[in-house]
Amino acid sequence: MTHTHSEAHPGTAVIVEQLTRRFNNGPPVLDGLDLAIAPGEFVALLGHSGSGKSTLLRTLAGLDPVTDGAVTRPREVSVVFQEHRLLPWKRVWKNVVLGQEDKGIRHRAETVLEEVGLSHRSNAWPLTLSGGEAQRAALARALVREPAFLMLDEPFAALDALTRLKMQQLVADLWKKHGCAVLLVTHDVDEALLLADRAVVLERGRIRVDVPITIPRPRRHSDPGFDALRSLLLDALGVHAA
Amino acid sequence: MSDAITLTGPYKTAEAKGKPRSLRTLVSIRRYASPIVLVCLWQAACSLGLLSTRLVASPLQIAVTGWTLVRDGTLPFNLGVSLLRAGSGLGLAISFGVTLALISGLSRIGEDVVDAPLQVLRTLPALALVPLFILWFGIGETPKILLVALGATFPIYLNLHKGIRSIDPKLVEMASTLGLSRWQTIRDVFLPGALPDFLTGLRYAVGVSWLMLVVAEQVNAESGIGHMMMDAQDFLRTDIILVGLLVYGVLGLISDQIVRFLESALLSWRPDGRKGRTA
Ligand SMILES: Nc1ncnc2c1ncn2[C@@H]1O[C@H](COP(=O)(O)OP(=O)(O)O)[C@@H](O)[C@H]1O
Ligand SMILES: [Mg+2]
Repeated sequence: MTHTHSEAHPGTAVIVEQLTRRFNNGPPVLDGLDLAIAPGEFVALLGHSGSGKSTLLRTLAGLDPVTDGAVTRPREVSVVFQEHRLLPWKRVWKNVVLGQEDKGIRHRAETVLEEVGLSHRSNAWPLTLSGGEAQRAALARALVREPAFLMLDEPFAALDALTRLKMQQLVADLWKKHGCAVLLVTHDVDEALLLADRAVVLERGRIRVDVPITIPRPRRHSDPGFDALRSLLLDALGVHAA
Repeated sequence: MSDAITLTGPYKTAEAKGKPRSLRTLVSIRRYASPIVLVCLWQAACSLGLLSTRLVASPLQIAVTGWTLVRDGTLPFNLGVSLLRAGSGLGLAISFGVTLALISGLSRIGEDVVDAPLQVLRTLPALALVPLFILWFGIGETPKILLVALGATFPIYLNLHKGIRSIDPKLVEMASTLGLSRWQTIRDVFLPGALPDFLTGLRYAVGVSWLMLVVAEQVNAESGIGHMMMDAQDFLRTDIILVGLLVYGVLGLISDQIVRFLESALLSWRPDGRKGRTA
């Protein structure tokens, strides 16, 4: 049995080997899972609710311990959750640079808020933000640390359809600009097809389907190349498209 | 009949133009009218001899006595002594309460060691400790200040402890993914997150402080508002007693306003705090 949770130097890929995770000696949620993500690669992680997507992501983020198996990941990682998790008592820009205490924080915060299109709200209290704005702030907070690996756990699931489309576009742009490796947990197949280089499907604790998405960027929802991949992924998820 | 209702601002209604001001003065007059009428009735009852001044002094008499007590320095002196006691006691209570709440709110061991005994102690009525405190600490300033401190510590502790415990664990988790140190997490997440509950506790603590002070000063003291009132009792001076009551009332009101002000100044990030600001 190995207990490894090593942090490689920045730019190294994410490597998960034989990762097994149980809660309270129950059945394994992750069962000998293998996954590798290249530097700068965008991977979408699909799976049913309860299939262990968040568990994998929390382990990668260092929030859950590696009890069995090995995980290698860059030192600089960031996470965006479904909820924005902004501190309500700190103004937006202070939330963005939370934990950083050097001289340049204000400037860095403004720069990254500009990137996510939120500079006009930099002095606002988080409770006054709309759902989309709050997620933009959370993205800014993740990016200001210049992560080599960015994890997104269903970041747009609570947003309305229109806002979600805008946010997907934003993530595509930001990824192009920052070039970090991304692991996006989603249960929206179209979102995966629109954004990712690769889609993997988690089932019974392992990666069951791992398909590259080679459709050239920029992509559109209406791209006909999506159809085959969409039915393949929906099939893998046990949803049979008519 | 229509099911529709129209919601408009006051500027829209036609006849409202002249009305609001007179209406508003009417409302504010009505609010003060009944206390004023009561005071007048009280004065009348005293003047007509319906109410014995041995039991209750007349409002005029109270005003005159109050003024005399201010002029000869009795009231300012005793007020100063009382304020000092309440202030020191409350100050102690805040340091005790905050320290204990941090210990028990931020660590499991601390919770076991601190919280259980405090939960038992708080069920004791603090006033029942007066005789013991006099035995232990004599009749100087110490027992009075400690009595205030004892009473006021509990609301501070209980509310702050609850505030720390009810912080969203997701925010704490976020802080850890952002690499915040333990100290940074306490400073940026726990303390500000528990501040609303702390201020609620402070409001109660201030009220309790006055209550404890009244008792401490009336049981045994050589100065202070409570002593002034007990002294007056010996000479059947109901006017002085009522002046003391009035002072207690005003003190309570002012301190409550101070805490309210603190709340609106420190919690401006809350939606309701914002409303109060812009209004
Ligand atoms: N802290 C925990 N304690 C016990 N069981 C957990 C815990 N976290 C997750 N689980 C279980 O692990 C499984 C996978 O959960 P999760 O990773 O959140 O799924 P997903 O994100 O794919 O919806 C679920 O059955 C869930 O009940
Ligand atoms: Mg999940």
